[in-house]
Amino acid sequence: MEDIILLSHGSGGEQTRKLIEEEILKYLGNEILEELLDSGIFNIEGRLAFTTDSFVISPIFFNGGDIGKLSIYGTINDLSVMGARPLYLSVGFIIEEGLTLNEFRRILQSMSFASRECGVKVITGDTKVVERGKGDKIFVNTSGIGVIERDLDWRGRKIEEGDLIIINGGIGEHGLSLMLQRLGVKVGEEVKSDLAPLNSLTLPLLSLCHGIKFMRDPTRGGVAGVLNEIARKYNVEIEIEEEKIPIKDWVKYASEVLGIDPLYSANEGKVVIIVERGEADKVMEFLSKHELGKEGRIIGEVKGKGNRVYLKTRIGTKRILDPLKKDLLPRIC
Amino acid sequence: MKVIDFVEGIKKISKKKINIMEFCGTHTHEIFRYGIRDILPENINLLSGPGCPVCVTSEEDIDYIIFLSEKYNFGIITFGDLINVPGSSESLNHLRAKGKEVIVVYSPLEAINIAKGNKDKNYVLIGIGFETTAPNLAYTLIKIKEENIKNLYFLSLHKLTPPAMKAILDRGEIRLDGIIGPGHVSTIIGRRGWEDVFNRYNIPFVIMGFKPEEILYGIYLLVMNIENGKPSLINAYKKSVKEEGNEKALEIMYKVFKKGSAHWRGLGIIEESGLILRDEFEDLDIKRIYPMKIESKKNPLCKCGEVLRGVLKPIDCPLYGKVCTPETPKGPCMVSSEGTCSAYYIYGRR
Repeated sequence: MEDIILLSHGSGGEQTRKLIEEEILKYLGNEILEELLDSGIFNIEGRLAFTTDSFVISPIFFNGGDIGKLSIYGTINDLSVMGARPLYLSVGFIIEEGLTLNEFRRILQSMSFASRECGVKVITGDTKVVERGKGDKIFVNTSGIGVIERDLDWRGRKIEEGDLIIINGGIGEHGLSLMLQRLGVKVGEEVKSDLAPLNSLTLPLLSLCHGIKFMRDPTRGGVAGVLNEIARKYNVEIEIEEEKIPIKDWVKYASEVLGIDPLYSANEGKVVIIVERGEADKVMEFLSKHELGKEGRIIGEVKGKGNRVYLKTRIGTKRILDPLKKDLLPRIC
Repeated sequence: MKVIDFVEGIKKISKKKINIMEFCGTHTHEIFRYGIRDILPENINLLSGPGCPVCVTSEEDIDYIIFLSEKYNFGIITFGDLINVPGSSESLNHLRAKGKEVIVVYSPLEAINIAKGNKDKNYVLIGIGFETTAPNLAYTLIKIKEENIKNLYFLSLHKLTPPAMKAILDRGEIRLDGIIGPGHVSTIIGRRGWEDVFNRYNIPFVIMGFKPEEILYGIYLLVMNIENGKPSLINAYKKSVKEEGNEKALEIMYKVFKKGSAHWRGLGIIEESGLILRDEFEDLDIKRIYPMKIESKKNPLCKCGEVLRGVLKPIDCPLYGKVCTPETPKGPCMVSSEGTCSAYYIYGRR
């Protein structure tokens, strides 16, 4: 019989101890976590960034990743777009009884790989088990702390008319690949989530270009969502051009079949960048040499004061690009 | 030819003030998405008809589904947008939030797995859509029979497009000079499927595709037809639409369904405008097992009915954009992305 997670694994007794020591520590262990104290203790100097995110994705293993990688990269990306170098993470698991131990191990292995890749340590955590039917296999929460070097903090820079809007590659891939997978559509290898850690892209880019005025990863709500947040928060009008937006062919096809606009579909390895016009070439050159930026494009510009986003369609008409008004697809991150 | 050439062509030949209606939600959506209304000359008025299957779902049908869940504890299996459509007082979304089982599926065949996996509970699969989706549901029903599944029933909300078109034309509330023939429905029923409507009303009718170039080309043909006073029924979407349609799809559809009356929001009950289950499938037909006359309350302020008939524009509705938005829809036209109110709102025609 295959080993599965039971309620007793979360009861705080012997089985909990075994799960933590023999499984979790095996994959995520480090000198701070291995102390197994109520808090992880550490020193950091400087300006700190702190973020949290919960992951409830279904299915937990998907084309291009799994909930383990997603939960590490998701928090890494929230720190990275703010110019913070990710250092430490907390991880909370809520497991529905019945998850197989092998599935849990695959997730841990994936988290171990992702955290080593990004140079972060998981220094505190928690595991709870809920009754069957009260969860969906596994939910993961991660929080992360990073440190911001002085020059990388873009927050004080004013977004103005003429600034350009850049995206580092094809949009909509995470959301649409998930949807196709849930539909059970048989797809080729190229159809996968764009899940990737952005720290290796954003941090060197921010130290290279001090004319970068904004960065955000367009997850739920997609690129259209982020642009609308910018327009409202900074009181600017934004215009993007449909023809300049990088979209892979399979995304176009899937979006037509499913009736979902890629501009609203979630991404997990993309960043929307606003940069002053004079530095755009420098950004584009950097992106062209980076694995996660090769397909990068300038997609539009800041038009002046306002609070709306406009899209110039490929037939030359212009229309409002509203923020998403309802859930396209629940449980994608 | 480019978009601009079609637009120039239309401007050159278009003289009369005309009303053109599209009867397909995807056309509605694409026309708004590309701002096509903005580039046409002012004398051409595009109207959106009842082309979105979710939008034409009546309050009574939603109330009946809620009744099945609350009274008999049926698990409800349905497709995305339907769960947000308000009935008399609440939607399936509310029902789910209150703890009743409402499952959204992407493929009807998923319903079979759900029923098989939960043998101690009864489920109802809600079939919704026009001629485009009905064959797929018909296939599912055949599978349910073949696999002898006893705890999965079916509620057909399937509707047919030509009768709705006739209903609008018969009402005579608006003068229609031309019709944008629905591309998807036509792939199933073929050009032939429209001959009856065309012969009866003699209004220029062009079946068209969904790319902006295809829509503008189709409108160009329509305008030409209207201006020269010689109405014809044209298939301008030949790459997908055949003269006879998709005969296999029609065959499976009519093996399972037959024509019957259906309740349309905004149009009322129209005879022979829906698809109901044939007698061979009566043991799956939830309406025969639990016949129920529902008296629904209608929200008197919601103008979806008038919007669906092209009589009012969404902005003429007192609820539009104020209390009724895609986040909090009060009527079905705001629920589906193919609904006219939703397209108006999302694409900025405030």
